[in-house]
Amino acid sequence: MDRRTSIKWVLAASAAWPLSGKYAARADPAVTGRGYGSDPNLLAVYHPGELWPLTFTAPQRRLAGILADIIIPADEHSPSASSVGVVEFIDEWVSAPYPASQRDRPIVLGGFRWLNEEAARRFGKDFPDLAAVEQNGICDDICDETRAVAVRRDAARFFALYRDLTAGGFYSTPVGRKDLGYIGNVPLARFDGPPPELLKKLNLP
Amino acid sequence: MPFVKAKSQKHDYDVIVVGSGAAGGQSAYTLCMDGAKVLMLEAGRRYNPATETPMFQTPDQAPLAGVGTPQKPFGFYDATVDGGWEVPGEPYVRTSDEPAGRFDWWRARMLGGRTNHWGRISLRNGPYDFKPYSRDGLGFDWPIAYEDVAPYYDKVELLIGVYGSNEGLENTPDSPPGCLLPPPRPLVSDLLMAQRAKRLGIAAIPGHKAVLTRPLDFRNSPARLHPGSVTAQKILAEDMRARAVCLWATPCGRGCSIRANYQSTTVHLPPALASGNLDITTDAMVYEVTLGRDGRADGVSFIDRTTGKPQHASARAVILAASACESVRILLNSKSAQFPNGLANSSGRVGRYLMDTVGSSASGQIPLLESLPPLNEDAADGDQLYVPWWLYREQRAGKLPFARGYHIEFGGGKRMPGHGTGAGMEWLTGGSYGLKLKQDVRRYYGSFVHFDGRGEMIPNEHSYCEIDPSVKDKWGIPVLRFHWQWSEHELQQAAHMQRTFAEIVDAMGGRIHGPVQSDGAKAIAPGGSIIHEVGGAIMGSDPKTSVTNRWCQTWDVPNLFVTDGAVFASNADKNPTLTIMALAWRAADHILERMRRKEL
Repeated sequence: MDRRTSIKWVLAASAAWPLSGKYAARADPAVTGRGYGSDPNLLAVYHPGELWPLTFTAPQRRLAGILADIIIPADEHSPSASSVGVVEFIDEWVSAPYPASQRDRPIVLGGFRWLNEEAARRFGKDFPDLAAVEQNGICDDICDETRAVAVRRDAARFFALYRDLTAGGFYSTPVGRKDLGYIGNVPLARFDGPPPELLKKLNLP
Repeated sequence: MPFVKAKSQKHDYDVIVVGSGAAGGQSAYTLCMDGAKVLMLEAGRRYNPATETPMFQTPDQAPLAGVGTPQKPFGFYDATVDGGWEVPGEPYVRTSDEPAGRFDWWRARMLGGRTNHWGRISLRNGPYDFKPYSRDGLGFDWPIAYEDVAPYYDKVELLIGVYGSNEGLENTPDSPPGCLLPPPRPLVSDLLMAQRAKRLGIAAIPGHKAVLTRPLDFRNSPARLHPGSVTAQKILAEDMRARAVCLWATPCGRGCSIRANYQSTTVHLPPALASGNLDITTDAMVYEVTLGRDGRADGVSFIDRTTGKPQHASARAVILAASACESVRILLNSKSAQFPNGLANSSGRVGRYLMDTVGSSASGQIPLLESLPPLNEDAADGDQLYVPWWLYREQRAGKLPFARGYHIEFGGGKRMPGHGTGAGMEWLTGGSYGLKLKQDVRRYYGSFVHFDGRGEMIPNEHSYCEIDPSVKDKWGIPVLRFHWQWSEHELQQAAHMQRTFAEIVDAMGGRIHGPVQSDGAKAIAPGGSIIHEVGGAIMGSDPKTSVTNRWCQTWDVPNLFVTDGAVFASNADKNPTLTIMALAWRAADHILERMRRKEL
């Protein structure tokens, strides 16, 4: 297949946004929570679902976890996103009664539907049931908004958002902090600044 | 005498102080430590940093990883209670929603007000900053000079604890020996910024921040601050000893349970309460200063928020320290036959000349800072170094298209990861995901730097507030309506900030993120968003054109004072809090002197 033909094929085979048919935007349940108010208890430990009802159905949770782990898989340094609660975090996020969440909610839920529609068009299955290489094939087409073809621009916007949410959820955890070598948030008797050998290496005074 | 309900207030207070933040806290402290009986009224709830501060909580323990929402604009763990640019049930009116023409009003309804969450940056105004009109013919001169305020800057620095250094720079005052605490060590990113900015002729120096880098001088400072009172010295010495030194962790904006930084609730109020001379009533929403037949203020009316009922408190003198715009609102709502346009408003200047700080920001990514070894860079939560205004000579020579200066606040380092870490990096990664994304996040973590320009706004006729003719808050109190307009000076300055940030990032060998705004209207942050709003009851030397005299005393009502930012006749690039405290201390000293002379 030459390049022009392959682009045509790809464009023809891309699910449109907004979606139609079985994956069309159903009326997603409206958000009902009122938030934590302007004077919440700051010392309590909170878990997703305690402050406002969550949204994801079981199939959405499955897809959310698979996609989160495609974005942040386990490696030799740290486990995958879904294993540290990122799905629950994203569910909490899209269910929150705040403007940023309300803005992101239809993008995430619509993006899930797009992934399934795209998977069905290309491979006749839902996204979670695809082989890893097939899933990556779809993700490769939407992982960079600047390179995504016009018909997939919205899907690419969804992927960028979902990547941000996955990273935010992951690096907010103790596992994420350890992965990045963060060693702060501990009381110190004194602050010595950077080690002299590092400054020397960087040619700094 | 501590926290009292409205019905338990006494009737023989010397002074009522409305507000409990930087101005209210300092006013009450100075008065109480010298023996005056003070009633403080705070609109918000009682707040105790020792038991309520989330010191080491991590984002995974918070809703939404702690990210800011309209109910907690600076993040879940920010100290602010019942506050933000929107307060439920307490609206205000904007005449424009356009970014360059809007004003957003920040309030914090809590004991200590916004001092619980503020940035702790504590800069002195310089000599030029009190006489701007004399220098360039714009705005107004203050009726006081740097020399009048300098002794009070000294006192405030000694009392609250401010780190910094003396550099001998133009219009960037040094402090006398013993006033400043040693600054913390800079981070790698700070040192790189300073090294490269220097090549552009831009000097970075240690920041000034109200954080204890070592214990306060409890042996000498109390006698220096309260030479006339052994009791006051003893109280202060004990209190200074009870404040811990910074433990180099946890963001200052959460507040500090160990009292290592300044907030009114941890520094001003404890000794004032220990003096036995302070009563505090919280949930007391003041809406009016009442006038006696003699033309003097005889007290204030307030809504007891616990009952919703109006109450009255009386005293020999009244200090408004409710924050610039709230004090203005109280004055304008205090109408009488004698003052149909609002109390102390015979000049018509109450509400006029609102100013905020000119703000513009940029961030960049610095390859030299990539993949550094693990470092604990919590430090003093930023502001280890900053850049004071450096182009006085060029400005004098007419080489710049704007009249006043700005400083640069700088941030970088391996901050605690959280929501936002690894986000929005496509411009660097080309949209990586999977194992490559994890490698990329490790590589870039700690390599981002951030610049905030903070500049002087010149007061103008188009930026003011007044009482809205119809809208009232949930207590039935008429609300403020804001008008806002920048001049070319501010817009050009914001565009200049953008160019400077790009030059520094370039000199650091890095890449600036996003467009460098050459259009000032796009570069400038909306009015009120820097939360340095001042003016509205400016001090001056002429009763016809100003609201207070040089002592923060209203021209029209001799026992009514305004000690918050409302009295500022200009808004230098220096963050206003330290000056608010210095002026409040000075005004309180004056009140004490007048009381001793039986003039109040």
